[in-house]
Amino acid sequence: MPRTQVQTRLNGADIDFLCEPRQSLLEVLRDELGLTGTKEGCNNGNCGACTVIMNGRIANACCVLAVEAEGAEVTTIEGVARGDQLHPLQQTFLEEAALQCGICTPGFILAAKALLDKEPNPDEHRIRYWLAGNLCRCTGYDKIVKAVQKASAEMQEAKV
Amino acid sequence: MEAFEYIAPRTLAEAYQHLGNGKRTAMLAGGTDIIVQLREGRRSCDQVLDLKHIPELMALAFTSDGTLEIGAATPLADIYEDPEVARRLPGLVDAASLIGGIQIQGRATLGGNLCNASPAADSAPALIALAARLVIGSSAGTRELPVEEFFLGPGQNALQPGEILLQVKIPPQPPGSGACFLRFIPRNEMDIAVANAGVSIQLSDDRSRIERARVAVGAVAPTPLLVPAAADALVGQAPNAETLERAAQAAAEAATPITDMRGSAAQRRHLTRVMTLRALNGALQRATENR
Repeated sequence: MPRTQVQTRLNGADIDFLCEPRQSLLEVLRDELGLTGTKEGCNNGNCGACTVIMNGRIANACCVLAVEAEGAEVTTIEGVARGDQLHPLQQTFLEEAALQCGICTPGFILAAKALLDKEPNPDEHRIRYWLAGNLCRCTGYDKIVKAVQKASAEMQEAKV
Repeated sequence: MEAFEYIAPRTLAEAYQHLGNGKRTAMLAGGTDIIVQLREGRRSCDQVLDLKHIPELMALAFTSDGTLEIGAATPLADIYEDPEVARRLPGLVDAASLIGGIQIQGRATLGGNLCNASPAADSAPALIALAARLVIGSSAGTRELPVEEFFLGPGQNALQPGEILLQVKIPPQPPGSGACFLRFIPRNEMDIAVANAGVSIQLSDDRSRIERARVAVGAVAPTPLLVPAAADALVGQAPNAETLERAAQAAAEAATPITDMRGSAAQRRHLTRVMTLRALNGALQRATENR
């Protein structure tokens, strides 16, 4: 199958890439573009490890064809920090020990970022509900929820 | 994944043309079922038609008579985030907001959920209860079908070769009516229904009787089921606990569940009664508040 050229805005930069229609966005990010921060977990839309932000909404990159990214705006974990400055969520995940093996972490950070961008002050129930599409087999989730709450508080303080 | 061609038609005419080219076609809307099925070899195709660039399939609007018309490729999140939909059709929002997690809801669609034709499809009982109709198109024109007639068996829908599911039409829900959808799963979110139920009722003006009712159940038969016997137990009766219990019992009797990894036949039958009863109470509450 001939490869198709796709133009997209990835982590703030306009890029083109070549891919086959059968390649998922996850495969292209990792194997063609070298952005291995987006993780492959289940590869069937259950675990959320490959969560990216696409046109303002979170999506599982394993359930998106890379050709669908034509004209889209995509953010991966590589686009979350500003240079050496970690995003508040990245910082609070470290401070609250909200990860152990780390495979699920990029997906959680992107899902949580999308939530806080939309709703700066979610309660615990809302955070847990929003993150239900991200599975973590290490932490038991409590530390992840605390890290999101802490980032939410810090981001609001920083605004005042 | 097997190789295929990717086509993103901009108009329905263009889509029908591609559908008629003799190649085996898979329709792509949100991709949350079809991409996984293609990857796992459960489906194969020569071409994928991405329907998301066809404006009619991405539209969401109320007509002047209050009918909600939802393009079949509109993501679930667009549906439940619409304040007017949330106000007028909470029974639809019940289902749209619990299919998958947030990642799925930004992509997955009513059209995809219906065409995938899982017996456990969560949108199906909710839409059957709301008396939704489906608009199906082909190069020859369009036809309409009540949603309960769309399911032929597990994974089998009523689309003929060359046809595309275009739109879901939900009639206006008048004052004194209420609908509700509930699902049982072993965890709080993100799972396939062990049993689910969607109901709608219309109360008389003085709220003393149920005038119309529709009860639908899912995951307990080869297709989602409309249960006329449950509606019969409600219509003309006072909306009290005994009436609702009789209808819930009728729904359980209509179920022909199987035993699988998600639950036994006996558990599913029990859950059908419980989900139907709770959904009826939810619908009654909404009908009472809907003036």
